[in-house]
Amino acid sequence: MSNARTAPVRTALIHLALLSYTVIALFPVFLTVVNSFKSRAAIFREPMAVPSPATFSLIGYETVLKQGDFLGYFQNSMIVTIASIALVLLFGAMAAFALSEYRFRGNLLMGLYLALGIMIPIRLGTVAILQGMVATGLVNTRTALVLVYTAQGLPLAIFILSEFMRTVSDDLKNAGRIDGLSEYSIFFRLVLPLVRPAMATVAVFTMIPIWNDLWFPLILAPGEATKTVTLGAQMFIGQYVTNWNAVLAALSLAIMPVMILYVIFSRQLIRGITAGAVK
Amino acid sequence: MSAAETDDIDNVPVRRPARWHIAVFLAPAFLVYTAVMILPLIETLRLSFFNVVAGQMQFVGLSNFQTLFGDPRLSADFFNALWNNVIFFIIHMLVQNPIGVALAAMLSIPKLRFAAFYRSAIFVPTLLSFVIVGFIWKLILSPIWGIAPWLMDLVGMKWAFAPWLGKPETALITVSLISVWQYVGIPMMLIYAALLNIPDEVLEAAECDGITGWSQFWKIKLPLILPSIGIISVLTFVGNFNAFDLIYTVQGALGGPNGATDILGTLLYRTFFGFQNQMGDRSMGATIATVMFLIILAGVSLYLFVIQRRMRRYQF
Repeated sequence: MSNARTAPVRTALIHLALLSYTVIALFPVFLTVVNSFKSRAAIFREPMAVPSPATFSLIGYETVLKQGDFLGYFQNSMIVTIASIALVLLFGAMAAFALSEYRFRGNLLMGLYLALGIMIPIRLGTVAILQGMVATGLVNTRTALVLVYTAQGLPLAIFILSEFMRTVSDDLKNAGRIDGLSEYSIFFRLVLPLVRPAMATVAVFTMIPIWNDLWFPLILAPGEATKTVTLGAQMFIGQYVTNWNAVLAALSLAIMPVMILYVIFSRQLIRGITAGAVK
Repeated sequence: MSAAETDDIDNVPVRRPARWHIAVFLAPAFLVYTAVMILPLIETLRLSFFNVVAGQMQFVGLSNFQTLFGDPRLSADFFNALWNNVIFFIIHMLVQNPIGVALAAMLSIPKLRFAAFYRSAIFVPTLLSFVIVGFIWKLILSPIWGIAPWLMDLVGMKWAFAPWLGKPETALITVSLISVWQYVGIPMMLIYAALLNIPDEVLEAAECDGITGWSQFWKIKLPLILPSIGIISVLTFVGNFNAFDLIYTVQGALGGPNGATDILGTLLYRTFFGFQNQMGDRSMGATIATVMFLIILAGVSLYLFVIQRRMRRYQF
């Protein structure tokens, strides 16, 4: 290569740039988690230091667990997120299969109709969604949130999954048909296992906005029994603004589950993206 | 196998008389999507033509829109929010997307060590909720804790520190940059995928012609990833109208200080639900939502019909 001599310098510069940005990206998270384990005095005296035996304190976590029903909030968030992801994946994959596999009248139109939701935020319909939920008595239930998030997640899921399902070989499906499999078995037993990486990508992209949403929990389910972690943390922090231990502990608690899920899914996510799911 | 036979096999399912399974596959998604998303959206658009007259809901034509644009206080609020939204969007386009492209370009260099680590780490902020992000940055930028001034002191810039979030001149830019920090992972990931999809032969051909490094990026890669950059611009544009949460957690529903960070999302929330001494107004909320809908529609159509058509696509 002609630029063999300049290469090491260039590589070093690239590492420097990427490393600096990584620090910028992780620093605030690091700061929060580290300080949540320190006593109040230490938080202010040495905000950058890692907790030592002298400054270690769990007072913040104690306050959080005593004051707010965080376990309940977690449970709500988990139920809502998992139920929504499951419905988005199932319904989305079914619709994507219908759109990518069969030629029927209105196929293109249906595809465009279902893709509309990628461009238009569901929040613009909030006024009427709330009315509808009041009319059906679903306000302050987790069902309301699950329904809204399912509708919100479907358009992108269908879009990504149908792109993927087009790549599944026709010969395989036709072989299944000749062996007498019904269209349902072809979908559930042949196609679904083959698009698993795409499903993981969709799961992550669906999960992030649902877990982190503040708008709909605030409007549709603000009651104590149905509060999600995001809303719970928001309200808790609002009340305890000056109790820094508690605020930092609440923030750390809200970060943890997403990070764990990310670590589990990240390999699949990268594979799904780079395999061309989102282009 | 002859061509005729292949055709036959392909056409068998198409000619089947009633193919109920298609309906079964489509029905759940169609029903949930229509009932929870499309119908409320239509209902909201419809509501914007109605208002309470003498205690009853009545069709009032365009008078809600007249009030929104005519009433001095409301229209001032609205145009302030719209303008802030425009600035918010411009900052994202100028800062977030170029940084995202640059990071992706560096990450996609073949055989770069630790690339997976960098990629995962830079994506972390994107996973966090606005509530977390908003409060972390509020704490970091707070003069009480002193993290930001301390850091700036390290590089000899302490004089430049100010309570950015509290000053009307700088608050909007600061909030936009926080949002950029959070969302840079999305353009990075999408561009990264697009760059990996450029076939090696194209790059090898470029290298044979002596086009490497910097000029290879500008002359070969960038034109090839333009469609992805276009999609990212649309996502940025649409996401712009969703940016309620961050403002709400950092600056409150009023978009303080003094309305400096009030965007259409917070305005919609306040108008619809009421806030402090302001009464909630369903019709006005629907009117603002309708105007937002029209703006989004205009922006997306502009992209689809004007920009995307002129963009060259390359088939490999």
